[in-house]
Amino acid sequence: MTNPNPVSGSPDKEPATEAQEARGEARATPTAPAGDTERQVPATATKQPAAGEPRPSLGKLFLDNLWAANTVTVTVLAVVLAMLVGAVLIIVSDPEVLATYSYITARPADALNASWTVVSEAYANLFKGAIFDPDAVGFTAVMGPISETLTYTAPLVFTGLSVALAFRGGLFNIGAQGQATIGVILAAVAGFALPLPPGVHLLVALIAGALGGALWGFIPGILKARTGAHEVINTIMLNYVAIYFLSWIIIQGGVQNPDRADAISKPVDSSAQLPRLLGDNLRVHAGILLAVLATWFIAWLLNRSTLGFELRAVGENPDAARTAGISVTKTYVLVMATAGLLAGLGGSNMVLGSTANALTPLVIAQIGFDGILVALLGRVRPWGVLLAALLFGALQAGGNRMQSYSGISLELVTVLQALIVIFIAAPALVKAIFQLRAARAARLQTSLAKGW
Amino acid sequence: MRSVRGMRIASAFVAGGLVLGAAACGEAPDDDNNAGGTGGKKYSACMVTDVGGIDDKSFNTSAWKGLQEAQKENGDIEIKNVQSKAEADYEVNLKGFVNQKCDFILAVGGLMSDATKAAAQANPNQQFAIVDANPGVDNIYPMQFDTAQAAFQAGYLAAGMSKTGKVGTYGGLPIPPVTIFMDGFADGVAYYNKAKSKNVQVLGWDKATQKGSFTNDFVKQDEGKKVSDALVAQGADIVMPVAGGAGLGTTAAAKASGGKYSVVWVDVDGCESTPDCSAIVTTVVKNIPEAVKEAVLKAAGGEKLQSKPGFVGTLANTGVSIAPYHDFDSKVPADLKAEVDKIKADISAGTITVTSKAQPTK
Repeated sequence: MTNPNPVSGSPDKEPATEAQEARGEARATPTAPAGDTERQVPATATKQPAAGEPRPSLGKLFLDNLWAANTVTVTVLAVVLAMLVGAVLIIVSDPEVLATYSYITARPADALNASWTVVSEAYANLFKGAIFDPDAVGFTAVMGPISETLTYTAPLVFTGLSVALAFRGGLFNIGAQGQATIGVILAAVAGFALPLPPGVHLLVALIAGALGGALWGFIPGILKARTGAHEVINTIMLNYVAIYFLSWIIIQGGVQNPDRADAISKPVDSSAQLPRLLGDNLRVHAGILLAVLATWFIAWLLNRSTLGFELRAVGENPDAARTAGISVTKTYVLVMATAGLLAGLGGSNMVLGSTANALTPLVIAQIGFDGILVALLGRVRPWGVLLAALLFGALQAGGNRMQSYSGISLELVTVLQALIVIFIAAPALVKAIFQLRAARAARLQTSLAKGW
Repeated sequence: MRSVRGMRIASAFVAGGLVLGAAACGEAPDDDNNAGGTGGKKYSACMVTDVGGIDDKSFNTSAWKGLQEAQKENGDIEIKNVQSKAEADYEVNLKGFVNQKCDFILAVGGLMSDATKAAAQANPNQQFAIVDANPGVDNIYPMQFDTAQAAFQAGYLAAGMSKTGKVGTYGGLPIPPVTIFMDGFADGVAYYNKAKSKNVQVLGWDKATQKGSFTNDFVKQDEGKKVSDALVAQGADIVMPVAGGAGLGTTAAAKASGGKYSVVWVDVDGCESTPDCSAIVTTVVKNIPEAVKEAVLKAAGGEKLQSKPGFVGTLANTGVSIAPYHDFDSKVPADLKAEVDKIKADISAGTITVTSKAQPTK
């Protein structure tokens, strides 16, 4: 009913162990052309190595695997490719540098130097803003970039997990943005309207945000389960409802800040704010700890719990799952509600954390939509999502500095993120460009294939 | 393999073509390491946009224009900007400029008020400035605009120009920076009715109850068109949209209507900022560029900017005004023009007072 042609190579299907596969592959097709994804058949056919053949050395195996098209290699190369394209864009968008290209035949050094300067300076600032600034003196300055990266990472982990969890259950949750929006509204309202002692207040605000998101996930879940209404359509529509609800509620009496002339709500009480981890001057807050906790929990849920098993079974093949006695209806509802809950927590971070303390129309930025990219980049695995969110957070934090110090538009960061995901989503392209050997190809099928 | 090779060949062609195309003819310029520079220390003016971004065709664009003009006037001023994508970026962006030791940091928009206040209090020796807000801190120079005064003129003009006896207005959101225009507009119409004993109606805004038509959006042109279509259907033949880019839906529709109705634009002269000049009677101009330019030039000249009272744009100091009539110049009767000019003089002199709940706090 839901998935007319289920895709055989789901992202979470583990092929045979890496070494076996790579070896089997190498032997089966010694001159295997690069970029060929159809090599699994001989690989499985020769899975058991014939006795008597010499085993390749460990080092060779390592190199083989490194250059084989495994997840990590492709991801790293996708980032490299994206940065190369980004470099071209930096050069093209800088009129002064571009001017030096008008006489490149007369004096090529100018063009090359200018290009190198602008690109290297941009990426150096990206790095300095995201990870470490060698010129920094003092604790605050040294920890600043990491703090910024983690600040931007935390909400993306939640929305990424939200989308990834739904993917694993065979649903495409485009609604993380709306769920996070409802989450941020309830968290903020709980944060300024309820007079509660510190600690309890924070907990209540977080729960309010999570419940708001869960509700917003529950609606498309129940619609899908009961009526078969497609969750993609419903979540997109609910995004609009949530966004307009936010801009409406901000300017209502009791919510809008009476001291302010703009569309901004009252500020969240300090008792409901996530504590800062590294002192008042650094923005990193306890949201990142919650994010790690959530990642661990979702990993446990997916891989160790009954619900997780049912969820994956439904995701793989709802008809088979139903035949096996799993309630597909219940699973869909639970998956969407849990996904919404995660996104709601992500939204709560935006107003209970250190980035903003009041509702404004753009308070959650694009975390819901970025969450989709993060989930894809993280190969819809919980820990992968955490790492992907870290990369996006770093790009975001570094992008701020790159914009401020090198004058390169923040849009470039968005373009970089998009390019990385495009290359990830098209692994065949990366493999073709770098002529990677096709190993573990099953893992590399794009996650996008699921959910439709 | 073929596809890979094909791609390489193609990319080689493309790259080669680009290089040849761009580089075939070109002389290397003479080495000049000190081109145009005086070698002295530059005065750096840095601007942080709000979430609208630098191309919002509204206050961010205007403020940036002000910096550019200041630079044109004084070559020793160095300008740069960063754009904020979300509320979360304000603090970082302001801090980034503090760390870069900018001499003058300009924040744009009331939403940045809190972040700017915090940054200013943490760095009491740093000069800040903000457009459209007054956080009340000594080292923040506030620039605010009493646009109700110019909107009053526009309301009078619209009432005089209306053939149906109905004019309309709508906003993006019912927030003070928007409703201040609508209040002034409604008052201008009321003043016309009193002076001429007419009964021109204002659709879309009731000043007494502060209720009216809103798009709830500053970007989507179809939303703007929808609201103005409703106003026109009720008989309005002049509409003033106060909804940023959403208002472009109205100007385009007015242009397409072939003179059935026309538009009063806001913020930046509609003949410069929209493609629909022929449908625009006039614009209620908020002269942000001039205010920003003055402030930067003063500060660069070593003058201390007084945060109290700061700058409040009025008709008297041309901080707000109505734009030239452009295409409507021949259609506006001369005596109406004179009356509109008279209103300006009266408001400047204080014989007419324009009130709005949304007026800037002094």
